[in-house]
Amino acid sequence: MSAPENLPLDLEALYRDSNVRDALEALDRELVGLVPVKTRVREIAALLLVEKLRRSVGLQADAPPLHMSFTGNPGTGKTTVAMKMASILHGLGYVRKGHLVAVTRDDLVGQYIGHTAPKTKEVLKRAMGGVLFIDEAYYLYRPENERDYGQEAIEILLQVMENQRDDLVVIFAGYKDRMERFFSSNPGMASRVAHHVDFPDYGQAELFEIATLMLGRMQYTLSEAAAQALREYIALRKTQPHFANARSVRNALDRARLRQANRLFERRGAALTPADLMTLEAEDLRASRVFRGGTGETD
Amino acid sequence: MGKLESVKTPNESAARYQAGVLKYTQMGYWEPDYRPRDTDVLALFRITPQEGVDPEEAAAAVAGESSTATWTVVWTDRLTACERYRAKAYKVEPVPGTPGQFFAYIAYDLDLFEGGSIANLTASIIGNVFGFKPLKALRLEDMRFPVAYVKTFDGPPTGIVVERERLDKFGRPLLGATVKPKLGLSGKNYGRVVYEALKGGLDFTKDDENINSQPFMHWRDRFLNCMEAVNRAQAASGEVKGHYLNVTAATMEDMYERAEFAKELGSAIVMIDLVIGYTAIQSMSKWSRRNDMILHLHRAGHGTYTRQKSHGISFRVISKWMRLAGVDHIHAGTVVGKLEGDPNTVQGFYNVLREEHNPVDLQRGLFFEQDWGGLRKVMPVASGGIHAGQMHQLIHYLGEDVVLQFGGGTIGHPMGIAAGATANRVALEAMVLARNEGRDLWNEGPQILTEAARHCAPLKAALDTWGEVTFDYASTDTPDYVPTPTAS
Amino acid sequence: MRLTQGAFSFLPDLNDAQIRAQVQYCLGKGWAVSIEYTDDPHPRNTYWEMYGMPMFDLKDAAGVLAEIDACRRTFPNHYVKVNAFDSTKGWESLRISFIVNRPKKEPGFGLARVEGEGRKVRYTTRAYAAERPEGERY
Repeated sequence: MSAPENLPLDLEALYRDSNVRDALEALDRELVGLVPVKTRVREIAALLLVEKLRRSVGLQADAPPLHMSFTGNPGTGKTTVAMKMASILHGLGYVRKGHLVAVTRDDLVGQYIGHTAPKTKEVLKRAMGGVLFIDEAYYLYRPENERDYGQEAIEILLQVMENQRDDLVVIFAGYKDRMERFFSSNPGMASRVAHHVDFPDYGQAELFEIATLMLGRMQYTLSEAAAQALREYIALRKTQPHFANARSVRNALDRARLRQANRLFERRGAALTPADLMTLEAEDLRASRVFRGGTGETD
Repeated sequence: MGKLESVKTPNESAARYQAGVLKYTQMGYWEPDYRPRDTDVLALFRITPQEGVDPEEAAAAVAGESSTATWTVVWTDRLTACERYRAKAYKVEPVPGTPGQFFAYIAYDLDLFEGGSIANLTASIIGNVFGFKPLKALRLEDMRFPVAYVKTFDGPPTGIVVERERLDKFGRPLLGATVKPKLGLSGKNYGRVVYEALKGGLDFTKDDENINSQPFMHWRDRFLNCMEAVNRAQAASGEVKGHYLNVTAATMEDMYERAEFAKELGSAIVMIDLVIGYTAIQSMSKWSRRNDMILHLHRAGHGTYTRQKSHGISFRVISKWMRLAGVDHIHAGTVVGKLEGDPNTVQGFYNVLREEHNPVDLQRGLFFEQDWGGLRKVMPVASGGIHAGQMHQLIHYLGEDVVLQFGGGTIGHPMGIAAGATANRVALEAMVLARNEGRDLWNEGPQILTEAARHCAPLKAALDTWGEVTFDYASTDTPDYVPTPTAS
Repeated sequence: MRLTQGAFSFLPDLNDAQIRAQVQYCLGKGWAVSIEYTDDPHPRNTYWEMYGMPMFDLKDAAGVLAEIDACRRTFPNHYVKVNAFDSTKGWESLRISFIVNRPKKEPGFGLARVEGEGRKVRYTTRAYAAERPEGERY
């Protein structure tokens, strides 16, 4: 039933009318940097668009494999991109609802015999029609413990990933090296994951830009000295343990807001303007333990 | 002491209670600044004053005559907290588009009424006042009952939710039919109609309002034959079935005797007529509650006072009284059938019967917000000149918590009573299925019916017979407020 | 004989696409869907066996369909029905219930009559299949 070969097709219209364009533009707008990630997402979207068009004219188009792996350090935007991916998949009709269910090992694996299958199935049922996002997926597999129930969850997952490809897309997320080990010891899983997206760490300039965006959304500004302090803070914090990219920046800003509020409260008799309420000063940042070589600060 | 008392000088009070005749407005029944309390009973009357009587005075007169007043000043008022007990007309508005008519809002203190008694409530609200000379006509349009008052009533003995659980029927309207001809069948023949209709797919059959105990069929004969039919149909279908056994009779003793017999025979439901009166209805409600019985009310007689817009009582008020009094089923209109019923007005009745809480909805004739305080819901019954071909309209207007009763539409079916019942049931199930699938019933309804008729010959015959029958007459009881299109 | 409990028993048996649409309607209303089965379909048998717990917080019908299939595979010759619960104040009960599987042969019910005084009769409905023990009925 294939259509005549010279039938004109409108890829642009499909791009526009599905919400893929909106999703990709939102990705550009809301996420700083991440050029390689955006490029990969764009490639995947292009593949899905073309597959859909092929299918619409009756060309051979098996349901494309959609399960993915997102690797990178904490705070590099994996969850945010996964949500955008869910709406792209929904816009093109590859999933029916487009919601994202984010889980970790604890949501899937039980502590006693017989608990794991119902838990995993429960999560799968909730994720049907959308995207299941498994964070730190490698914790499912614990070869050191031979009685670990994670393997049971993996088997159920595999079955659904293979047999109900129309109902569910799974995205595995976590650190790159551990994910690679996970896939190499679970070849069945690896063979079903078609798209690998690597999320690099943000550079200092990108982190500063992220901070500016976050402050803008919260209606705060930085004084010139505070901007300088934040740059130095980022440079220092990046070298310390437990650095989590955008998440660390967010936490630093939250603490700076706390200090600003305290500063204003201490001089509460003095004249105050709306600008004062909006402005973070250098001291609000420099009071951080990071500047005193302290590493005890948790994010 | 009341606030008003404290601002009056002793001389003013003395003047107010001098013997003689005062205007009702001067006697304190008109208080435009009064803000109704949450515990007040509120009533809205449509008043048509005689020539020369101004609307405020007429409203005050209604307030007075339906509460504490008499035609002249009495000094004995001063032995009571009369400021509190006087009903207060607090707002008068012209009826939109109807010169000479006014809406009068009146507030009544809660202590004017005995708890849990419709008889006591109605003796005040629709007592003497309806014959009052200075008014040409008077209609009780709506009432608001404070939750404190609602809680003094038991309400429906069963209610929609428990009825459905008892019948194990969910997710679709229930189906019924009244046995026809309503008078003249012998007990044996009467039961035959019940058996055929229930076996064919109806959930309920019904006695008509005037079938009691007549020469052609004694009530015990009717009960015995109907219960044989109900039980046979239950075994034939595996479903719970029922026949509303009308226990209406001359005295309470007779009604109790008949109801007890229905219970002994295992009936799930009994029926009474509105004409037995409010006290008898409340007695039968209490009996039904004690005996796990669904109580069906046929609104026989209401048309004498609900139909004309200028005088009487709106059926929405009757609906409210009956929810308080405690019935489980009440006939509340079909919109599309042979009996009176404007769509918005009828939906107003249904909302009163079925919702937890009614917001003000002028378009549907609901003038007050009403919180039902957890009182159970009454299942409305749509009966009178409806047939399978209207199924999409019925579900569109009436929703799914309703008993749809097709009397003629079942019994008059060309292939027989059971086939008539099957046609209705198939039409109903196909329509609910389609609605849940997201199809547009209003536009696709006839097509959905035609599709369903492909696997159901009785439905095809029903559509061929009645498909085109409609009752398109102008309604008399219509809303006074219509939505105005806005510029946006 | 065809048991006509449930909302759609007068229609031809629903296919999977039709069942999916009804389940999706229920999920759209925010109702919790559950599956029950029995080999005792007496009209007053209120408690069919639960096939797992009611499923809360689902977005898509696929998960329910998988459970329905599993139940039908386990009990191919039982009655299986799908219920939807509404937890809204004032309802707190089922809002729809429909049969999705039935035995190949439905022998139906017998009606036993016990004659009493006067012309009073006591009626009892009995499923012919229920004469046999649970699990061997259909």
